[in-house]
Amino acid sequence: MDLSSINPVLLVASIMISATPILLAAIGEMVVEKSGVLNLGVEGMMITGAVVGFAVAVNTTSPGLGFVAAAVAGAVLSLTFGLLTQFMLSNQVATGLGLTLAGLGLSSLIGKPYEGIKSPTLPKFEIPLLSDLPILGKMLFSHDVMVYFSLLLVAAVWAFLKYTRAGLILRAVGESHDSAHALGYKVVYIRLFAILFGGACAGLGGAYLSLVRVPQWTEGMTAGAGWIALAIVVFASWRAGRVLIGAYLFGGVTVLQLNLQAAGANVPVALLSASPYLITILVLVVISARGAHGAPASLGRSFHASN
Amino acid sequence: MIRLEKRPQPSQLWTAITPLVAVLLTMIVGGLMFAALGTDPLEAIRTIFWDPLFHDRFASFSRPQLLVKAGPLVLIAIGLSIGFRAGIWNIGAEGQYIIGAICGAAAGLAFYPSESVLIFPLMILCGALGGWLWAMIPAVLKTRFGTNEILVSLMLVYVAQNILISVSTGLLRNPEGMGFPGSRNFKQWDATHNAEIFANTGMHWGVVAALIAVIAAYVLMARHIQGFNIRLMGEAPRAARFSGVNPARIVFLCLGIAGVLAGMAGLFEVTGPAGQITGSFNAGYGFTAIIVAFLGRLHPIGILLAGLLMALTYIGGELAQLTLGVPGASIQLFQGMLLFFLLGLDVFTNYRLRIGHKEVA
Repeated sequence: MDLSSINPVLLVASIMISATPILLAAIGEMVVEKSGVLNLGVEGMMITGAVVGFAVAVNTTSPGLGFVAAAVAGAVLSLTFGLLTQFMLSNQVATGLGLTLAGLGLSSLIGKPYEGIKSPTLPKFEIPLLSDLPILGKMLFSHDVMVYFSLLLVAAVWAFLKYTRAGLILRAVGESHDSAHALGYKVVYIRLFAILFGGACAGLGGAYLSLVRVPQWTEGMTAGAGWIALAIVVFASWRAGRVLIGAYLFGGVTVLQLNLQAAGANVPVALLSASPYLITILVLVVISARGAHGAPASLGRSFHASN
Repeated sequence: MIRLEKRPQPSQLWTAITPLVAVLLTMIVGGLMFAALGTDPLEAIRTIFWDPLFHDRFASFSRPQLLVKAGPLVLIAIGLSIGFRAGIWNIGAEGQYIIGAICGAAAGLAFYPSESVLIFPLMILCGALGGWLWAMIPAVLKTRFGTNEILVSLMLVYVAQNILISVSTGLLRNPEGMGFPGSRNFKQWDATHNAEIFANTGMHWGVVAALIAVIAAYVLMARHIQGFNIRLMGEAPRAARFSGVNPARIVFLCLGIAGVLAGMAGLFEVTGPAGQITGSFNAGYGFTAIIVAFLGRLHPIGILLAGLLMALTYIGGELAQLTLGVPGASIQLFQGMLLFFLLGLDVFTNYRLRIGHKEVA
């Protein structure tokens, strides 16, 4: 094994890229769960975002439009989940699973003609002055605009939940929907809004996979990224800052195992490929064993004004 | 104004007809989808739901396929439904199915080329054991550390897939396969071949196992105290604890049953319809079985019917792909749609639609 072939500057830079899709999906899902809704359809929304973003970007040759379309597609798909769980009071776990299955079917249906095409990808966006720093500049400040956007989004979600009135209401709805309802807040609409936001974020995450990280479309390309995003929300104990840490840790594991494979490490390839999933399980165990959950109290429960 | 009003009692009528209405709605919306794809919707629906059973040319081939495809779906869905009843969300049946197939196949291959009649039963046993072991991982983690079984069982699917790719190109690769990935072909080895029991019926040992599972699950849920405890834990967890139900035992029981059945399904599939361990022998039955379980209302008889229906959409879907050029993925979407309609319509079991102004009490 030749570890010297791993360049630390490139390693950090590629960790940031590899973490971005999960970060986007996870921060969106965190908002959804904060409002008391458990949407297990992240994988389905991500892959739909991936294929729609790819198709639009290829047809318009504009990756920017691709991202916008992906966010819309993710939101539209999550609307199905929202209508079913909020108005038809369906079981959130089952509906979320259904959303994933439907999303996987929909994406391979839309994606068939796009297999084997290369997409237009985002240009690097060098931040003036910062990107000229030696080493750090290349590591942290010469990425595409979506990497910065994802970081800003985390900060915005954190500030929204912590400092704004709307954020407080959202959290109240997630902690006790009956109390929030008694205070006159529109529980169903607030949740619907959170679900749409989560869908849009998952769509963006998916599009980042198909437009930047891989840049092409292959069936089932999310390969569990949506589920890992869900696990990261648990890992983060529903806190924005920890979502960031979780996503970057996971990005690190993914990149590291790829680098080790490339360097010909004396470890079975299957074990290396499975390591992101194994480590996710391990992290879940450690977090759960500590018992400090901090899950919103109404998470996963249906709300109907008559109850 | 349209609003929902809680029914004093769940409607028995709606419980019974929801699946039928859901199928009907899926046909209508699915028809629109096919129309959008440029296929005659009526012909597409007829090809999927009618032709596999009654078409002069295709039916003789596709009718036996109904049992071949329904077998694993029913077997897995029965296991899942017991867990779902208790609020234990094992959605990693696909992984248990893969590991069951690998363990069962490995046990058989160890004895190649023996023709002993004991090999096949041994393989079934090892398949069940493999699936059980894989399901015990989320069970142990859940009961020991309170880890979420949804995420763990699902992560294990991806781990299982990596193991599958690894063994099909390494440990279990056919030494006479000229370097191609994949194990020996069980169809060419009589002692291990899960052949049809009656020719041209599609009836293989997996189907028999599925039927036994349906009956056993029915007895368990309707007549046995553990079945009652399982239902109690799902419907009133606090009451269950007060009446002395041990939640950890229920978790082990439910995940264990699901693992055993999924593992057996994997073994029957790999020794029968699939024929060999390859990187892609698994057909996603573990995931479709989730739809089957819900479509069957988590009831054994319902699951049997739902499994047959879902098998029909698979076969009809292939037929539509062949004769009408409908993309294969549209069938997956079709199945997802079916689940959505079902879950959405479920509301009318417990609520009644009221049109008009709210009366002031």
